[in-house]
Amino acid sequence: MNKKELMNNKYFIAALFLLPAVIFSLVYLIIPIPLSTYYSFFKWDGIGAMEFLGLDNWSKLLSDPIFWSSMANNFKLVLISLVVQIPIALFLAVLLTRKIKGASFFKTIFFVPMLLSSIAVAFLWRYMYDPTFGLINSFLNLVGLEQLTRSWLGNSDIAFYSASAPIQWRFIPLYMIIFMAAISNIPKQLYEAAEIDGANNWQSFFYVTLPMLRSTVVNASVLIIVGSLKYFAMIFALTGGGPNHASELMATYLYTKSFTEMNMGYGSTISVALFLVALIVSVVFLNFSKKDVRN
Amino acid sequence: MSKTAKIIVILLAGIWLLITLYPFIFMLQTSMKTNMEYFTTSVWAFPENISLDNYLTAMNSGFIRFYLNSLFVTITSLVIIIISASMAAYMIAKIDFKLSNSVFSFFLAGMMIPIHITLIPVYRMTQTMGLYDKLTGLIGPYVAFSLPISIFILTGFIAEIPRELEEAAYIDGANIFQIFTKIIFPLIKPAVSTVAIYNLVLLWNEFIYALVLISNPDKWNLTLGLWNFQGQYGTNVPMVMTGVMLSVLPLLLFYIFLQEKVIKGMTAGAVKG
Repeated sequence: MNKKELMNNKYFIAALFLLPAVIFSLVYLIIPIPLSTYYSFFKWDGIGAMEFLGLDNWSKLLSDPIFWSSMANNFKLVLISLVVQIPIALFLAVLLTRKIKGASFFKTIFFVPMLLSSIAVAFLWRYMYDPTFGLINSFLNLVGLEQLTRSWLGNSDIAFYSASAPIQWRFIPLYMIIFMAAISNIPKQLYEAAEIDGANNWQSFFYVTLPMLRSTVVNASVLIIVGSLKYFAMIFALTGGGPNHASELMATYLYTKSFTEMNMGYGSTISVALFLVALIVSVVFLNFSKKDVRN
Repeated sequence: MSKTAKIIVILLAGIWLLITLYPFIFMLQTSMKTNMEYFTTSVWAFPENISLDNYLTAMNSGFIRFYLNSLFVTITSLVIIIISASMAAYMIAKIDFKLSNSVFSFFLAGMMIPIHITLIPVYRMTQTMGLYDKLTGLIGPYVAFSLPISIFILTGFIAEIPRELEEAAYIDGANIFQIFTKIIFPLIKPAVSTVAIYNLVLLWNEFIYALVLISNPDKWNLTLGLWNFQGQYGTNVPMVMTGVMLSVLPLLLFYIFLQEKVIKGMTAGAVKG
């Protein structure tokens, strides 16, 4: 083929236009999956020779209580995030879509935490949680709730919940904005009709707003579920998974194993497990939600 | 809405305003205190003197370099993302070939891949390619992880462009590259700005790849710099708050000027599905 024919061949052109994106995706997204799976069969410190172990890492994983408790924490985070973020975001979205003065000012300010890096949020909260000099205990003392003051991040019974709070704080505004957009798309006639039928504010929320937001809420839930299963940064920066693995997540555990203890074989095993868990949950939930939306 | 209802709504919004804003006030006023002052006065107190000493110290202990490093990595990645994503999106949206649906699904599947499964292989590859501890080593993974959502947004937008525009240009003798650069690309600028803002915020705040692929202090980006700054000044709370403040300032300024666009960009990535 000469040059002109080549330029008229749509397969050649398509390949040319797709090439950069395909190369980046293959090298950094797709190929790492089989590679990680491959590493999971070895004992390897990331530098020296690899020693074949067969399924040893996998059987170790299945009987590793820290892995299971970290996975349980991921599912707890899913639950907490669904129960906290969706209702609060929905509530704020409903507030700000009422005709009140300053709604756009509130919206602008509410969104600010979304601009912070997870590390910045974590450090900010770490010092708010400080047992002696922190804002939160100081506030509890101020309002006469001394008995509630505690070592928020140092106590293994509550460290995980304390470390989950800033995650909620940061992500609520995202879902608030999404819900606000969806609410403003609901036809006004529906509310007028409800009003004529004598519905009060609560009734129009439960019988008009909520049903109309169903698919938006389902989509937001998918994002929260998938995001929480692979969550890493804020917990890593707040507690590092501690104390004594109490706030460990799958991702913080795999990071510590791989890059602190330099046990990359076992780290890869955890990463593949994380991938499989996230994949299974999202496939199941997506199927379920698709059916749900269709009905 | 009745007047009382309105007051209740504003009151409730006010409570969330405090929850959102007070941590920033705490951060700002703490950043101006001396360490001694922080430990001896109330956390609620205003600083005794408005002093920028902490800011000067922080800027001199690396923040200027962190800014430049983050700026370089973010901008370079954005340019590559926008070019490669819009080229791919153009093919998927406009050229009918058998595989165009599968190619689209291939890219969408990328959204399902957690960053963590790629860490060890990418760490290994980056070392093999000689890119470990180099800012350019971050660009590959940053581009790859931004592509799926970018292609998704751009494909939807390009699909809306009427075919007649391209046909007219084709009849005038333009080739496909000219059509792409002169006709398609100028038309998709709004979507490109959405994609750019979404990825800008994400990449500017990226942490885990920087943590894994960079160790040399000269190459720390803003988040990794802040991470190590905290390690160095951990017991000097005002100094750490200064570091956090410096790390959030650039995006806050950006947000002050482009609020609506930033909100639109950052939620565009989430409204899929």
